[in-house]
Amino acid sequence: MTAANRSHFVYVTFIRTTSAELWKALTEPQFIRQYWFNTTIECDWKKGSPWKMVRPDGSLTDTGEILEIDPPRRMVIRWQNEWKPELKAEGPSRCTFELEPVDSAVKLTITHEIDRPESRLITAVSGGWPRILSNLKSLLETGEVAITSHPGHD
Amino acid sequence: MSDADLLFKALADPGRRKLMDRLHAHDGQTLSELCQHLDMTRQGVTQHLAVLEAANLVAVRWRGREKLHFLNPVPLQEIYDRWIRKFERPRLKALRDLKRRLEQDGED
Repeated sequence: MTAANRSHFVYVTFIRTTSAELWKALTEPQFIRQYWFNTTIECDWKKGSPWKMVRPDGSLTDTGEILEIDPPRRMVIRWQNEWKPELKAEGPSRCTFELEPVDSAVKLTITHEIDRPESRLITAVSGGWPRILSNLKSLLETGEVAITSHPGHD
Repeated sequence: MSDADLLFKALADPGRRKLMDRLHAHDGQTLSELCQHLDMTRQGVTQHLAVLEAANLVAVRWRGREKLHFLNPVPLQEIYDRWIRKFERPRLKALRDLKRRLEQDGED
């Protein structure tokens, strides 16, 4: 069996946009808020920078640090849950964003992983990511999002 | 063939749906691992995986010379948004919102 001591998800979407536009949408707060259920991210997007995901009321959902960054191609974030005790207790996960131009679209690959088996954090984020990516795709391709709420971020 | 056609065609085959279920149960399997528990030829599994990959339902990562297959649920979310959600009656949505609200309150 593959790496039994790790939990790991890979999500891929193709968005009809440019890498530069997608990178902007991934790193600018006024964009993030639109597809990430009104949550935003505080970060200055340099290697070693702290990274925080914040609800409109200022409370934190997740925190971490930029481990690697290579705009507009790749970014790796250390990602630690803050709002649910059993998820917070699992410690930090690692989230990688890869942007690859393909024809007139960009292939966005998100890999989210943690060094423990059957991670509840990974299970929890695996529920959120498809909606976020679907919203992101809708926003960049049509100007609107489809889904407007999500547990933990309302 | 459009992306939507590729996607629906990929889902239309029971063998491919079984592969998706296997990956959902244990993600990141190699071709050999997948063949072990399925009543399909290696060639059959290879062909199915190629169709699933073309439809973006399976994403691959390399680990050395091994090819690992991951279930990518994002297109399913996209189908849900495009083909299911918009046809739902408001009452169903209200019921779902109530359920979610009650379950969230229960968690606090």
